[in-house]
Amino acid sequence: MLPLSGERKDAKGIVSDKINSIDTLRGSSTVKRGFAHMLKNGVVMDVTNVKQAQIAEEAGAVSVMVLDKLPSEVRKSGGVARTASIRIIEEIMDSVTIPVMAKCRIGHVNEALVLQETDVDMIDESEVLTPADELHHIWKWDFTTPVVNGARSLAEALRRIEEGASMIRTKGEPGTGNVAEAIKHIKNVNDELRTIKSIYDSGDNQDLVRMAREFKVSYDIVEQTAKLGRLPVVNFAAGGIATPADAAYLMSLGCDGIFVGSGIFNSDDAKERARAIVLATTFWNESDKVKEAQKMIDERQSMLGLDVNTLELRMQDRGGSA
Amino acid sequence: MSLTVGVLSIQGDVQENLVSSKSAIDELGIDGKVIDVRTPEEISQLDGLIIPGGESTTIGQLSLVNGSLKVLKEKIQNGMPVLGICAGMIMLSNTANDRIVGKTDQPLLDIFDIKLERNSFGRQKKSFESDVSLDSIDIPKFNGVFIRAPSVSDVGSDVEILSKFNDRIVAIKKGNVLGIAFHPELTEDISIHKYFINLVNNSKN
Repeated sequence: MLPLSGERKDAKGIVSDKINSIDTLRGSSTVKRGFAHMLKNGVVMDVTNVKQAQIAEEAGAVSVMVLDKLPSEVRKSGGVARTASIRIIEEIMDSVTIPVMAKCRIGHVNEALVLQETDVDMIDESEVLTPADELHHIWKWDFTTPVVNGARSLAEALRRIEEGASMIRTKGEPGTGNVAEAIKHIKNVNDELRTIKSIYDSGDNQDLVRMAREFKVSYDIVEQTAKLGRLPVVNFAAGGIATPADAAYLMSLGCDGIFVGSGIFNSDDAKERARAIVLATTFWNESDKVKEAQKMIDERQSMLGLDVNTLELRMQDRGGSA
Repeated sequence: MSLTVGVLSIQGDVQENLVSSKSAIDELGIDGKVIDVRTPEEISQLDGLIIPGGESTTIGQLSLVNGSLKVLKEKIQNGMPVLGICAGMIMLSNTANDRIVGKTDQPLLDIFDIKLERNSFGRQKKSFESDVSLDSIDIPKFNGVFIRAPSVSDVGSDVEILSKFNDRIVAIKKGNVLGIAFHPELTEDISIHKYFINLVNNSKN
C-alpha cells in the first residue's frame, strides 16, 4: 500500500475544525493523497466547456480538467496561457457529478488560491500554461486542495512531492498527439526507481545519499521511495495520448491512470474516442478489449500529431530545472 | 474450506483493499485468499466481494459493459457477502442523488432500499478525517476517512444503521451486505475488513 502520510507539521493546508460538534481534520496527506487513490485506473479528460465535460462523464471519465484552451490550441495561439475562466469552471462543477480539476501556472500561488477558493477538487500546477515563476513551484503543503504536478524524471517527481504534491503525472509533450515523450518520461522514472531500489536493497546508505544530492531532494524521501520501489504518490501518464492503444501501453508501463488532453476533443470522433480510451485504460491487460476499443476510433479522425524534434515550444522543459 | 474473497478491479483503490483484506485474513488465521476480479467468470467463483472506492459512474458503466454487473447482482441476491466502500456503497443502492446535480442516471445494483446523496459533505476541500463508531458491530472507534463521501438520510425497514456522523448515516447493513461511506482501506486499522471477512467465513461455513 502507498504511504498516505508524509505530513509536515507546519503545513498550513491542514485544517482542524468541527462539523456540528465533531472534530474533523481536512487537508491532511491521507485526505489529499487518498483523493488521488480514488482516481486510479481511470481517465481524466481535458475539457473547455460544459458540453465536453458531460461527454467525458458519460464516457466514464473519473474526472475532468478545465482549461481555457486545449493544449494543442495553446501551442497554436501562442501568447500567455493562464488559468481558465472561473465562471466556466463553476458551470462545469454544477453540471457533472465527477470531480473537477483546473490548471494554474507553475509558481502562481494566487492563481492556485483562486482555484482552491472556487472549490475545484484538484489543482494541476501545469507546464501547459505559461510559468509565472521560473525558479519556484508552489509550496503545496499550504493548500487544503490537493495538487498534481508533472515530472520527466524521478528527481523532478520527488522535488514536487517534497513541495507537497499529492499526485504526479508524466509531462510528456502536451498538445502534440505524440505519445513518445510520455513513454520516455515514465521509462525514465521506472529506470531510476530500479536504480535506487537496488541501492537500497544492497544496504549502501552512502550511495543513497549520493542519489539524494543528485536529485536535489532530502535523503528521507529517497530512502522512503527506494524502499517502496515506486513513487509514494499515485502516478498518472499525461502528454500526447491520443488513442486507446496509447493509453493501454502507458498503463502497461506501470502508470496508475491516464490524463488525455487534446487527443479527445481535437479529434473528429470525440464521443467514441472518449469512450474507447476509457475502455482501453480499464481493460489494458486484455488485448481483445483494447483491440475492440481501438476499432471504435477512426485513425483518419485522430488529431494530426506533431514531431517533438521540430517543436518551437517544448512545454515539458518549463519548470524542469526548479 | 478455503475462502476466496475478491476485490472488484474495474477502477478505484483496488490495491489498498487487497492489502487490508489479506492482513485481515492473516490476523484472523482463516484459510483463504484475496484476489482482484473483473470478469463474470472470476466473480462467479467468489465467496465474498469488496467493491472499492473510486468513481461510481465509471465503475457502474464499465461493469455493465463487460457483463459483471449482472452476475454480481445475482450473486448478491443469492447471499454472497459484499462490502461496498464509498463508490461501492453507491453502487449497492437503489437510487443516487448528487448534492448539486440531482438525480443521476447511472447503473446501480439496487440492493439497499435507501435515500442516498452523493458528494454529501461537499467537494474535495471539504473531505475530512474524523472518529466514527460502529458500536453494534463492536467497533467503538474508527478513524473514518471521508473523501467526497456519500451519506444516507433514510433507510428501508430491512436496512440496519451501523453508524451515523451527526444526523447523517455513514454505515449500513442488510443481511450480509455492508455499505460504508468512508474508506477503511486508507487506514492501518483493519477492524472493518476483519468484520467483513468473518461475515464471509460464517456465511460459507
